[in-house]
Amino acid sequence: MARNLLKMALVLMALSVLCGAAGAAGGERLKLATTTSLQDTGLLDVIKDKFDEKYNVALDVVSGGTGIAIQYAQRGDVDVLIVHDKERELKFIKDGQGLERRCIAYNYFFLVGPKNDPAGVKGMNASYALATIMEKGKADPSKVMFISRGDNSGTHAREKLLWKNAGYAYSAVNTSGPWYIEAGQGMGATLNIANEKQAYTISDMSTFMAYQGNLTLVPLIEGGDELLNVYVAMAVNPEKHPGVNCVLANMFINYLVSDEGQDLIASYGKDKFGQPLFSPARGNCELIGCSEAECAARTSASCAVA
Amino acid sequence: MEEICYGLLRALELIAARDPQVMEITIRSLFISLSSAFLAGIICIPLGGLIEFRQFWGKSALINLIQTLYSLPTVTVGLLVFLLISRSGLLGGLNLLFSPTGMIFGQAILVSPIMIGLTITALEGVGPQIRDTAKSLGANEKQIIVTVIKEARVAVMAAVLLGFGRALSEVGVAMMIGGNIRGYTRVLTTAIALETSMGNLELSIAMGIILITISLAINILLNRFQRK
Repeated sequence: MARNLLKMALVLMALSVLCGAAGAAGGERLKLATTTSLQDTGLLDVIKDKFDEKYNVALDVVSGGTGIAIQYAQRGDVDVLIVHDKERELKFIKDGQGLERRCIAYNYFFLVGPKNDPAGVKGMNASYALATIMEKGKADPSKVMFISRGDNSGTHAREKLLWKNAGYAYSAVNTSGPWYIEAGQGMGATLNIANEKQAYTISDMSTFMAYQGNLTLVPLIEGGDELLNVYVAMAVNPEKHPGVNCVLANMFINYLVSDEGQDLIASYGKDKFGQPLFSPARGNCELIGCSEAECAARTSASCAVA
Repeated sequence: MEEICYGLLRALELIAARDPQVMEITIRSLFISLSSAFLAGIICIPLGGLIEFRQFWGKSALINLIQTLYSLPTVTVGLLVFLLISRSGLLGGLNLLFSPTGMIFGQAILVSPIMIGLTITALEGVGPQIRDTAKSLGANEKQIIVTVIKEARVAVMAAVLLGFGRALSEVGVAMMIGGNIRGYTRVLTTAIALETSMGNLELSIAMGIILITISLAINILLNRFQRK
């Protein structure tokens, strides 16, 4: 009996060592924190496979909202991040946490809701539509509901901005009644909740398209400057966080803005969804509010720690 | 209901075809949880022995505390370990966050209370005459502890297996420390959470079945041990 136990322990140990060795093999690892939309749609899987092969690197993708992604970066736990909330991006750089922004892709947020559109917001501009949903929701929360991400993500930040544009303080909105529901989850889960409850929500276009097969919700408002959604990559500042791999981070960002990376982004989803999920930033820099430099490759000199 | 049945069928198909993605995630899950149970075991079993055999002030309070920690919420452990091994944390230099090693470390902490507590209970079950006999034969403390642990090996093994089960089935530490990175730290529980949120229910059900099957196997093993 004791011998059996000993044998089992030995087998366990051998297994651990074996697997540990297998795990340690391979080249360097680059840690990327990203907003959920790029991961849940499968785009980053495609990019990862190509990038890993080309540079013999293992890209580790940790996905969460923009809020947690920036939090990881500020703690020095990741080397590079992709987010979509301009205000927080600028603050991140101003605080010295990150190096320059690089615009890599864009699309639009959708306001989605039940097909019969109980609040009648189809075709309105986005902030006016939200104000209407609030008014109708307060009147009859059994018919009109709004699901918020409620998780500090980029999409949540945009929703707050729209409330501001509509003339409401966010703290007055999210406590104003049962019509407003905070999911506290990722985009996909939030869409599923909105679908179950036949409620309105704001989604980035790509996640909505990727999930559309399982949903009865339809897009009611699909464009306009208020709903422009720009994805930005930034390397974490090695001066603040000496442990981060800035050279690899640069390599990854430059791959994203290169023709090969931009082509990947431009074509992703065509075969599966009938249309691409993201538009490349290349050639549209001005349109999406990025400077020319913010669409160009980064130089390796920017990693030198002064 | 239809959905579940269809999901089950697809799940069996995936398992029968040894879907590479499902297999890879299963093997990683087993490896990480086995390692954490093993790591916790080599620390907790002797520690349990020391607590059981030494008399000291506050002993029963300590045992009470350990037993309370059986139900330590996994997300709390996840958060604590995250703060500890994040690059801005105390052990940040080790670069453990978002790695399988970090997950093993976190899960080992998670299952430690169960292992220590159940080891103590197991050793309590060994009659004092064995302890006394060993002592009268001139054994020192270390030798006594080893003798009694050997005597209670079945119950001690059960403690390790239970710890392994808890590590395998938890999602908090795995998600917060591992980060659910595809091909690196994605395990059964985090994959189920992800695939469900993505609406891929069949894949979730398939991995759920695997998880349940492993738990069943652990239980059968446990019962076998206990019967002997």
